[in-house]
Amino acid sequence: METHSALYQQGQQRLAALRQLPARQDQSLAERMQQYGISRRDFMKWSASVTALLALPLPFSNLVAEAAELADRVPLVWLHMAECTGCSESLTRADTPDLDTLIFDHISLEYHETLMAAAGWQADENLEHALEHYKGNYLLAIEGAVPTANNGAFLTVGCKGHTGLQSVREAAAGAAAIISVGTCASFGGVQAAAPNPTGAKGVHEVIDKTVINLGGCPPSEKNIVGTLMYFVMFGRLPALDMFNRPKWAYGARVHDNCERRGHFDSGEFVEQFSDDNAKNGYCLYKMGCKGPYTYNNCPTERFNSHVSWPVLAGHGCIGCSEPNFWDDMADFEKPLGRQLLHGLDATADTVGAVILGAAAVGIGAHAVASLFVGSKEE
Amino acid sequence: MNQRVVIDPITRIEGHLRIEVEVDEHNVIQKAWASSTLWRGIEVILKGRTPMDVGLLVQRICGVCTFSHYRCGTEAVENALGVKIPLNAQYLRSLMMTALHYHDHIVHFYHLHALDWVDVVSALSADPAKAAQVAMKYSDKPLAAGEGDLRAVQERVQGFVNKGKLGPFANAYWGNKTYRFSPEQNLIALSHYLKALEVQRVAAEMMAIFGGKQPHPQSVVVGGMTAVRDLVNPARLQEWQAKHDIVTDFIERAYKADIIMAADAFGKEASVLGGVNVHNFVCSNEFMGADGQYIFKQGVVLNGDLKQVTDINPDLIAEDVTHSWYKADKPQHPYVGTTIPEYTGFVERDTVYGKLPTVDGDKKYSWVKSPRYNGEPMEVGPLACLLVNYAKGNPLVVTAVDDLLKRTGLPLEALYTTLGRTAARMLQTSIIAKESNNIFNALINNLKSDESLYRKPEIDPSKEYVGHAIIEAPRGMLSHWVRIKGGVVENYQAVVPTTWNAGPMDAQGKIGPFEASLVGLQLEDPTKPLEVLRIIHSFDPCMACSVHMIDYKGQSLGEFRVGPNAC
Repeated sequence: METHSALYQQGQQRLAALRQLPARQDQSLAERMQQYGISRRDFMKWSASVTALLALPLPFSNLVAEAAELADRVPLVWLHMAECTGCSESLTRADTPDLDTLIFDHISLEYHETLMAAAGWQADENLEHALEHYKGNYLLAIEGAVPTANNGAFLTVGCKGHTGLQSVREAAAGAAAIISVGTCASFGGVQAAAPNPTGAKGVHEVIDKTVINLGGCPPSEKNIVGTLMYFVMFGRLPALDMFNRPKWAYGARVHDNCERRGHFDSGEFVEQFSDDNAKNGYCLYKMGCKGPYTYNNCPTERFNSHVSWPVLAGHGCIGCSEPNFWDDMADFEKPLGRQLLHGLDATADTVGAVILGAAAVGIGAHAVASLFVGSKEE
Repeated sequence: MNQRVVIDPITRIEGHLRIEVEVDEHNVIQKAWASSTLWRGIEVILKGRTPMDVGLLVQRICGVCTFSHYRCGTEAVENALGVKIPLNAQYLRSLMMTALHYHDHIVHFYHLHALDWVDVVSALSADPAKAAQVAMKYSDKPLAAGEGDLRAVQERVQGFVNKGKLGPFANAYWGNKTYRFSPEQNLIALSHYLKALEVQRVAAEMMAIFGGKQPHPQSVVVGGMTAVRDLVNPARLQEWQAKHDIVTDFIERAYKADIIMAADAFGKEASVLGGVNVHNFVCSNEFMGADGQYIFKQGVVLNGDLKQVTDINPDLIAEDVTHSWYKADKPQHPYVGTTIPEYTGFVERDTVYGKLPTVDGDKKYSWVKSPRYNGEPMEVGPLACLLVNYAKGNPLVVTAVDDLLKRTGLPLEALYTTLGRTAARMLQTSIIAKESNNIFNALINNLKSDESLYRKPEIDPSKEYVGHAIIEAPRGMLSHWVRIKGGVVENYQAVVPTTWNAGPMDAQGKIGPFEASLVGLQLEDPTKPLEVLRIIHSFDPCMACSVHMIDYKGQSLGEFRVGPNAC
């Protein structure tokens, strides 16, 4: 078992190593912050909140702060596959805006089709340069699923007409770490829903390296930024769950931290969208909420600068950070009942990891199913 | 001898797009091809699913104009089922649509399109004091364009450049002679580029108030909306207003000013004074306010004749696949089409960058179909919306257009240009910003006596239902078509804005707006085709939107047929 102090030490070593590398930006983060009117105190507060988000003890906030200042040492290559650009859009909503955006600027963004100025041949050159020059050191983020049917011909990118599949494999080969941003890159997403006409797959299925999966359609900007920060700090992957999602973000069920959980426990349910019970904030389980089967930090972190999240907006969770949710969680307006889900009925090894959760889901669903019988028949 | 230029990826758009052009010895474009290089097959995935899930699924067609497909798909189902949703739900959807337009248009101009107009490197030689004076020419209270603001921006960018390392700004076409802003003007626009990063977040938050999140809000359901807690919460309504004020302030004091500045600087730049070569335009009703009145009204203008404007007839829409990677005998209406994939890939040939795989323009070359209205290619988008409404004498549009023309000293014909297309997007945003308070007030008024937000829809599994919805998305007219049988989706099709604009040549040899817009354009340097990017970006392409509509079964490219009335 790894103790926190060992982790801390590892983080320190990693940062010390990073400090030896040449800076890729001429301006230090401190200078930039000053320019943007961000005080040291704001910065430390931000660091503490990232630390809490990563589920690390508070002393780690020093590491977070230091890592942010060293973040420009990590080149980032961001590829787009079969996707809708929702994940990139999510990133631009970063909720401690000035600072997160600044840090995103501050790392060395080598390739990102939606944001970069270069196009066509010149864009290809940027990518080739990055893959070669930073070989073994760059962080690779991938947005979108990889079409594999017909040898991947359903997606080509670049003047040379390479398929998405080729590009991902090529970029993955020299990457220091690989992050699948969003459910499509992680698990195939919407285009992989039955009957999956393009043979769309998650990145981890087409390469043989470890991939961090950031489920969510889209994942919140905090989960994206937090994962980048973890890599910068520790130079390795964070603790991952059975689907390779960082535990600090995906470690708890939506249901467990839900603001409406009390109503679930009291058997108070919305019976029809926007009814009087909905005005009172009753539980959405009967409206098809998949919070009991979904692991993510939406209830605590919310979206768009904490403005809201789907359950607050009166709609049940649709389970968008889970593999195959388009098939397994549908119909979205109907409760799942006691049906077992993907991992939960998989091999004994994997079930072991979530056995307690599975039991809880079973019991909870059963309790609710019983309530239905009571209320429906009257 | 003609030379082939390949541009792939077209960056700063949503999705995957390749453009190829052939230039003569004077670097004038003789032919152009637009090729979409990805498809995902969302409609086939929809088949057999409950109509209640359609909106959530089609929303994933696009994360940029997120909500437009969500709403359009949901309303297609509502129309098929004959569901009449409560007034509050209609107003809320309208308001969310305004937020989407703010967000989408601001992000498009500043983060996707601006670098075609703004030379970042040139901004470094600007005098911030002088720039602050210049800014006063285009707005009487410029935003983020005081001397101090501008100096800070300049220093920030100087940092990148000193290092010889431009990050996301690297290896672009800086220094191209068709960049017409003065260093001071470049600096002003660059400052707004950075400010817009902040403002777009606020616009996204507006949608999240009633949508739960953005991108991909989650509160629209067949029968209405779910966000009743937010609707009846006065603090929430006020939050909307506060954010609305921040965003609309930016639109008036920065976005509008920058477009006037662009008209000033680029008014004589030949490469932005063409670019509208399909003079047919169509748009739909959008932004319903009190008494069922719309801010913009639907209509069709053909051959640029603003004296004659007709109503849309949905029966006249058909899709041609002569040069798309499908097989079909003739153009087909959305309700009676087949989709038989026939991927033929690229052919190798010499280009300005050496030998490369290129499209075969004589054969099939794109995953996008070519929609036609009564056999004619149509341009859709803000320019189409403004021209149709101008032709209809919509006072909001006439006033806004005339004011801008007067202010810039340009004639009405200036609208039929790349610059005009870009200006039209701003004008549309500005009109919405001014009018959306009326929608908000209508909602407040209605809330005094009615808090209903949802009406439960009924589906009879023994019945068949057919329906469609047509709305005006940020990129133009969007329509979704659904057939429901046995209580599940039998067939589905979406005809989306970028398909109208980006489709390849049809059987009659007629080319669509993208390709037509490039013909005749002279490039300063064919290996750095900035002028092409500028024109294509002015359409605000959204490729994921336009390529989803493919139907495909199995792992091999076998022939297959979708139901008799399918897409």
